[in-house]
Amino acid sequence: MSILVNKDTKVIVQGLTGKTGTFHTEQALEYYGTKMVAGVHPKKGGETWSSGMESAAELPIFASVGEARDATGADASVIYVPPAGAGAAIIEAIDAEVPFIVCITEGIPVADMVKVKARLEKSNSRLLGPNCPGILTPEECKIGIMPGSIFKKGSVGVVSRSGTLTYEAVFQTTNAGLGQTTAVGIGGDPVKGTEFIDVLEMFLADDETQSIIMIGEIGGSAEEEAAQFLKDEAKKGRKKPMAGFIAGRTAPPGRTMGHAGAVISGGKGGAEDKIAAMEEAGIRVSPSPAKLGETLLEVLKG
Amino acid sequence: MNIHEYQAKQVLKAYGAPVAEGVAIFTADEAEAAAKALPGPLWVVKSQIHAGGRGKGKFKELGPDAKGGVRLAFSLDEVKAHAAEMLGNTLVTKQTGPAGKVVNRLYIEDGADIERELYLSILVDRTCGRVAFVVSTEGGMDIEAVAEETPEKIHNLPIDPSTGVTEADAAKLCDALELTGAAREDGMKLFPVLYTAFIEKDMSLLEVNPLIVMKDGRLRVLDAKVSFDGNALFRHDDIMALRDETEEDAKEIEASKHDLAYVALDGDIGCMVNGAGLAMATMDIIKLYGAEPANFLDVGGGASKEKVTAAFKIITSDPNVKGILVNIFGGIMRCDVIAEGVVAAVKDVGLQVPLVVRLEGTNVELGKKIINESGLNVIAADDLDDAAQKIVKAVKEAA
Repeated sequence: MSILVNKDTKVIVQGLTGKTGTFHTEQALEYYGTKMVAGVHPKKGGETWSSGMESAAELPIFASVGEARDATGADASVIYVPPAGAGAAIIEAIDAEVPFIVCITEGIPVADMVKVKARLEKSNSRLLGPNCPGILTPEECKIGIMPGSIFKKGSVGVVSRSGTLTYEAVFQTTNAGLGQTTAVGIGGDPVKGTEFIDVLEMFLADDETQSIIMIGEIGGSAEEEAAQFLKDEAKKGRKKPMAGFIAGRTAPPGRTMGHAGAVISGGKGGAEDKIAAMEEAGIRVSPSPAKLGETLLEVLKG
Repeated sequence: MNIHEYQAKQVLKAYGAPVAEGVAIFTADEAEAAAKALPGPLWVVKSQIHAGGRGKGKFKELGPDAKGGVRLAFSLDEVKAHAAEMLGNTLVTKQTGPAGKVVNRLYIEDGADIERELYLSILVDRTCGRVAFVVSTEGGMDIEAVAEETPEKIHNLPIDPSTGVTEADAAKLCDALELTGAAREDGMKLFPVLYTAFIEKDMSLLEVNPLIVMKDGRLRVLDAKVSFDGNALFRHDDIMALRDETEEDAKEIEASKHDLAYVALDGDIGCMVNGAGLAMATMDIIKLYGAEPANFLDVGGGASKEKVTAAFKIITSDPNVKGILVNIFGGIMRCDVIAEGVVAAVKDVGLQVPLVVRLEGTNVELGKKIINESGLNVIAADDLDDAAQKIVKAVKEAA
């Protein structure tokens, strides 16, 4: 099994006709034939998108998410819309009752995400991101911008706030011979859809996921909340071997480190508190981002 | 983006918040006219820098007994004397670091008779994804210390975005701040006003510390610190016009022109990385092997050769940099683009310090080939661990 997406997931693309949307849609189609089914553009409804690949795939373009979903029965939408319009694009997908929405866009104003979050709470949709690399289930489905070549089908669930550190974890678990069930990038923004806890719950429930790597970073308290969740679940007997990493041990307070959410403010959100909370919850936290795979192997050996 | 206190007060005043009359000045010559424009007989002369703790701060150039960065004046002559002493000197506060910040602007403000000092801030509460008020009766002091010592005195109130600040919300805030009489009337009006300003101007932080109850029972915004969401500045030209570049690091300004996420630090190993998480992790691993990073730099996901060249030049322009680590895990970012950018930059500006390059991911072989064939003195690394050890070793050996 995998979580959230598999070989049957049908995906529409909001922002398909742009350069980024086109590139990553081609990559997704080439990745084990991820079922990309349509694009959305308010002014280009009725047109057809053609890939530049040898296979020359074509996708229909619809004027709205609602039309695209009705016509294709899509389960998911991926958003590559530029930041100024991305909040509205997410809300359009929520209104069209798309079950799973993945927003890759970086740089969405926080106020727009506060509005999105309020709409999300009153809906049945799940949002992943924004400012995230997306999600990938090896050999089945790739939504977003993760490089497919480093993945291998296997047993590790990966969840991370950082894109490139997700790649590190994936690459290292591939090299360690473990492979992945699904890798989920939850994104680096302060206000977002899916949180660590949501993904951890799914990994704990997934039979094929035998171990988990969780990568956090400075800012906020999502790692501490996730650690508490894991402790509570462990008391109920739900527990899997875990390794982790927290980026930003050396980050100065008050400075935003690239990700809008990566900032130590008001004396809160520092790396040491997060590491302590995770270790207390039984996660082996690696001091080095280069030793995630190695650390997980050690945990698995017991 | 941060703005000065007097600018923050102008923004809040436009929404109807009660602030004192005041005049901003850039030279000591303007002090007298500024003070005369205010009613007196008490004036406050406030250093305008983008850092807190000004009142308790000390001027580097003045003796240890000299007054701090916020001063009271009881006569026009005193206003003039303070202005002459403060302008152009370097104020060191607990938030500026030991280097301090040069005071280029002063705000001369009408004094107030203070009865009580309160704390109020508005921010985005990440846990619930809502804008929230944080208030306390313990104003005028370091709120982090209050949170540490007496957390029960801090109240948190998230606001439902679909309703904004309701009467019930405003009443809760008044209760938490123990406001009665005229101050309560003022509070019921002020809290929705501050919330509206926060939302409409895309603020990321609005801090009023202190919010005061005056002897006449009215509320006043005595200090104001406002930061804006950098991702929303595209829709606020009026706020962009308030940016004071003299408050920012020159390298950071240059980086922002190229859309690079860069933060200057105190160490000696320059870093160029793709992805914010990996960039932080690279700093961490440098520290793990006993050295200090000179900067945080995320070239982003889809950087061009030109952007990489600009990034490299910013790193080498830092005189503290004794070695450079390039760490790339190409996803969207292609290793060959990084390699071409690095080679072009080195040809342009030369290379005086050791350079370690670790490339992984998309087009890695092509990237390595470009570096190898460039004839540059580059130390290649296999993985992040290897790269960090090699740059730390190279810098130590060169020292």
